[in-house]
Formats: sequence, structure tokens, C-alpha cells
Amino acid sequence: MLAGATTNVVFGLLRLAIISAAVTAAHGEIADYDIAATNTYVWIGQGLLGFVLLWGNNELAERVRSGDVVVDLYRPWHLQGALLAQDVGRGGYALLTRLAPPMVFGMLLFPFQFPENPARWPLFLLSATIALVISFGVRFLVELSAFWLLDNRGLYGFWNVSSGLLCGLTVPIAFFPEWARNALWASPFPALLQAPIDVFLGHGNVVKLLLYQAFWAAAILAIGHFALQRAVRKVVVQGG
Amino acid sequence: MAEFIYPKLIGAKIRSQLAYRASFAVDFVSQVLAQCYELIVILVLFSQVDALGGFSRDEVLLMYAFAGAAFGVADLFAGQLDNLPTYIRTGSFDVLLMRPLRVLPQIMCSDIRLRRIGRITSAVGVMIYALTHVPIDWSPAKILLTVLTPVAGAVIYSAVWVVACSVCFWIVEGREFANAVTYGSNAFTSYPINVYSRPLRWVMAYVVPGAFVAYYPSLALLGKEDPLGLPGWVGWTSPLVAALAAGVAGLVWRFAVRHYRGTGS
Repeated sequence: MLAGATTNVVFGLLRLAIISAAVTAAHGEIADYDIAATNTYVWIGQGLLGFVLLWGNNELAERVRSGDVVVDLYRPWHLQGALLAQDVGRGGYALLTRLAPPMVFGMLLFPFQFPENPARWPLFLLSATIALVISFGVRFLVELSAFWLLDNRGLYGFWNVSSGLLCGLTVPIAFFPEWARNALWASPFPALLQAPIDVFLGHGNVVKLLLYQAFWAAAILAIGHFALQRAVRKVVVQGG
Repeated sequence: MAEFIYPKLIGAKIRSQLAYRASFAVDFVSQVLAQCYELIVILVLFSQVDALGGFSRDEVLLMYAFAGAAFGVADLFAGQLDNLPTYIRTGSFDVLLMRPLRVLPQIMCSDIRLRRIGRITSAVGVMIYALTHVPIDWSPAKILLTVLTPVAGAVIYSAVWVVACSVCFWIVEGREFANAVTYGSNAFTSYPINVYSRPLRWVMAYVVPGAFVAYYPSLALLGKEDPLGLPGWVGWTSPLVAALAAGVAGLVWRFAVRHYRGTGS
């Protein structure tokens, strides 16, 4: 716990220093990010990282590889729904242990941009929860690929190195050149981190952001559902 | 005997990784990408500003490339230390102690991850670009410094890795602590250190000697004054700092191993 929090804070401080240096060099503001907004962006990002669980543990894929997944499929439940319920439950705990601490840390030690309208707080929680669902959906797809690839560690590693930049963790998506911004917002990735942060900071239209997230949550869960149906057909149980 | 065993151990590890070619290729590409993403961050920032901490884009790229190459080499040899907590927790560290070989080299040879070469390759590519695009007043001494910097940096990072992982002898879940220092110092050293706040700089640049991996050697190569006020010759001291760091790491490691108590079985 403490070790994880230390690492989280160290990386937050590093990111903060670099982006702040850029903001200062640009005379105090880049694309609606001043110093306070940058601080807020960094510490919400560090918190959301653990809340939405951007990098999972690839456990399901290991169970596919070892064959243990058969036990999961036996049970009278919809595997995707059950795992989603588990992940939302984890999120409830992570809200207190992973999301809140870095945000409080940022509020106490740095200039922080609080939402002007108090209604932003519940909207932010809603947006973060949808982000968690999308994050689950993406992780589920990556893990499910083990049914076809058997060893999905390459794809898993690929997601782990790419997600930080694509989701807007390392640098705000608003800093990118226009073509890259458009391409990213057409993909589901900003919905995992940048969208909830934008809701909190009041960047962009809240309703649009939430609809964008809701669309991708539904789409990715649906793809996961159909992929699972296809995958189950491939399963052969040998002996008992 | 030892000198015959290590090449064999390393050779076996390398062959085992090349056995699954597709898997190795994907891993290799992931590593190249990981390094490229850090490059993209620098390019994105410099699409918004002309200078960071008073350094131009190509000058920052030079620091990033030195840091990336040094970290890649260190990761190749010392990255295996990340497995140390598992060895200690499961008791397999006892097995290493029983063998008639030194423990640290055994761990370092236990899993030479060839895919790390992906990271080194892309860093060297950027280094060549940066070296040809920044104004350097070349001399034989500066050529030597350019070659020595990544080597000294790799030794510094490896020493940091050894010291950070020694913590795992006392704290069971010490790996994340260690990562804050090892991976954290890679992120730290890729940028000019004057952009960081004072406490962070003290810890990551001087206690952990991260400033000597890329920042000071780059200043010496560029012939620039240190905005933090240290004299110019500091840029030439990286190999000394590396030797010192390696010495300290050796002492800490011995101290840690001597205090190891098996978990029993």
C-alpha cells in the first residue's frame, strides 16, 4: 500500500514538474491548462490510474492458458458480467484507497482548480465510473485474446506501454497537434482518463463527454460479449 | 570455473528467448514503442514551447537519448533484480546462496532479457540524430565523453537498481519502492534537471546520482553553463561518480545479504 502510494506520488511529481515547466515556458498557459489546472490534471490522473485499473494483472489470460477458465465457464453466470461486477466492487474500495489520496495530496500541497459548479463533483464520479467500465472492457478484450493467441503477453505488454499516452495520462491530449487530437478522440482511449479529468476541469461540454463515454462503454462491452461467445465455442474440455 | 559457467548460462537464456520468435518480435517492438512514446511526449511538449528550462528541443533529445541508452543497458543486466522479492518470499534465494558462485552475478545472468535491446536501439537512433543537430565544438576529449557517458550511466543505473532492491531484504513488498527509484530515475534523467522542484532534485539528482547520467555530460558536450551554478568540469566526472556508485552498491548489497535470514520452509 505505502510502497504503491510512494511510487504513485514520485511519478506524479515528475510529470507535474515537466508539464509545469512547459506551461511556464509558454507564458503560463497551454490549451486551457494553467499551473492550477496542470496540478489538478496530474493528481486526478495519478488517482484514476488505480481507480480504473489501467494496467490489469492478466489473470484471466493466465487461466485461459492453464485451462482453469473451464471452471469459470461452468458456473451459472455470465462470465463477463460477473467479472465486471467484481471490478466495480474493487473500484468502490479503490475510490478511497487509490483515487482520493493523490487528489487530496494535490489539493493540500499545490494550487488546485476546484470545479466552479458543485454539480461537477457527482458528474466527475459518474464519468470516472464509466471510465472504469470501459477500462474493464478493454482489459477483458486483451485477456480474452488468449483464447486465440494462447500466449497474450505480447498484446498485454503492448497495451501496458501504449495506454498511458493514448488515454492522456502522460501529457494532456489537448497538447497534441490537431490531427492527433481528432484521431484520439475518435478512439475509445481518452474515455478512460482524459474524459473524467475534462469533466472535473470543465474543459469541453459535459453532456458530450458523458455521451461519448457511454457510447464506448456500450460498444466495448458488446464486443466483449460477442468475443466471449466465439471464444467459448473453441473450448474443449478433455476428461474431468 | 565461474568464467566458463556464465557464458553458458547467458547463452542458454538467449537461445530460450529466441525459440519463440513471434513472441520475441512482439516484445521487441513493444520495447521500441515504449521508448518512442517518451520521445513523442518530448515532441508534443516542444510543439507548444521553444525551450524547456532554457534548453532547445534537440538538446533535450540528447539528454533523453543518453538516459534511454544507459537505462536500456542497465535494464538488460540489472533489471532481473526486480525478481528478488519473489526469490526472498518463496525461499528460492537460499538456492542461490548454496551454489558455489557469487549471488549478484547469478541473479544478473538469470534472465538477460534480449528485448531490452529494442529500447537501446531506438535510444541510439535518437542519440545519433541529436548529436548531429546540436552545436558541439568537437574535440577528441568530447568524443571520448560521448562514448563513455552511456556506459557510465548504465553503471550508475545498475548501482541504483542494486541499492533499491536491497531494500527488499527488509521490506517484503519492496519492489514498488524500488521501482519509484529505478524507473523513476529513468523518467527523471530524460529532462534537464533544473525543471524539477528543489526537494525532488536533491533526492533524484544528487542522492540518487541521476544528474550524472545525462544532464551534466550533456552540458559539458554542449559547452553550456549550468543554470544551477555548478562549475563546468562536473560534466566530466560521470565515470568517477559511476565508480563511486558501484562501490557503494557493492557495500550495501553485501550488508543486505549478510542480514538475510531464510524464511525456512
